[in-house]
Amino acid sequence: MDETKKDDQSSTHKIGIYLWIWGLLFVLSFFSYMVDWYQFQGMLRWSLILFFMFLKAGLIMAFFMHLFWERYALVNVLLWPMTAIACFVVLMVAEGKYTLFSRLFYFFVGGV
Amino acid sequence: MSDPNIDGLNLKPGFKGMAEDTGSDQTMFKGVHWGKAMMWIFLLSDTFVFSCFLISYMKGRASTPVDWPNTSEVFSLDAFGVPVPLLLIAIMTFVLITSSGTMALAVKYGYEKNRKMCGWLVLLTAIGGLTFVGMQVYEWSKLIHEGVRPWGNPFGAPQFGSFFFMITGFHGFHVSIGVIFLFIYAYKVFAGHYDTQKRGWFTTMKGDYVEIEILGLYWHFVDLVWVFIFAFFYLW
Repeated sequence: MDETKKDDQSSTHKIGIYLWIWGLLFVLSFFSYMVDWYQFQGMLRWSLILFFMFLKAGLIMAFFMHLFWERYALVNVLLWPMTAIACFVVLMVAEGKYTLFSRLFYFFVGGV
Repeated sequence: MSDPNIDGLNLKPGFKGMAEDTGSDQTMFKGVHWGKAMMWIFLLSDTFVFSCFLISYMKGRASTPVDWPNTSEVFSLDAFGVPVPLLLIAIMTFVLITSSGTMALAVKYGYEKNRKMCGWLVLLTAIGGLTFVGMQVYEWSKLIHEGVRPWGNPFGAPQFGSFFFMITGFHGFHVSIGVIFLFIYAYKVFAGHYDTQKRGWFTTMKGDYVEIEILGLYWHFVDLVWVFIFAFFYLW
């Protein structure tokens, strides 16, 4: 999609693409609600929740926020910092497990 | 992803173009309105704030030996005498997505200089946001009546309340600020400030429909955050 000259900046896209994304977001939200409705549990629940969540987030960012058409430098500046968040999540998962372990350990075994 | 061409400057596609954009002895993000670039930087920092909230929630929930409250029961709502799990939250999600859709269309019509269409859609977005905040107020007061407090609740782990009020409160605050600005911008669109290039009050920047896109970025971000809150807080 090559468009955009300086004077008619940022382009107007066809209305269809917005309606499509809109509809998809509705359907995906409905599906993620259904995950709770049918009370899926365990890995199935978590993977479905994450799958629908990332799909929705991706659609909103790519099309509603125009990131799909945006300058590559801007896209990279925005998306690479997310790896720091991912690292933070990994660290805190480990930390949370350790805290739970030490709590249970000292509740039931007791300190020295 | 494509790099648009800018007059007198052809950036190569992909990483080479990015290197030219970043490394040249000029402004970065060529062809991107500065207000838009700054809004993106703000949203990036806001992403980190919300991430910290959600990560601390994850850590708090993972490290408590007490059972976490069952959210589909806590947030269930009676419809015709039958408790429906997460009913209000589902409606709130759909309302917010709807307002995000109307905002996307407002941006589109703004660039087409369709003043009336753009104005009505911005107004519709504001009303959607207001509806969302209203339902959130109802949700909060319902939970407070049921005895949920930041330091404890009758359903399970006492941390639940503080995370709930902090995360949804901060999100609701974002929505409220967004609604205020949506109403202001709806007025500005209808008054034709962007057609006559009337200067704004915060800046001496000439009015342009790009401001609607900048506002749209903020509004879509609010919707984006709700996607994560809905997944992690309500569904998980």
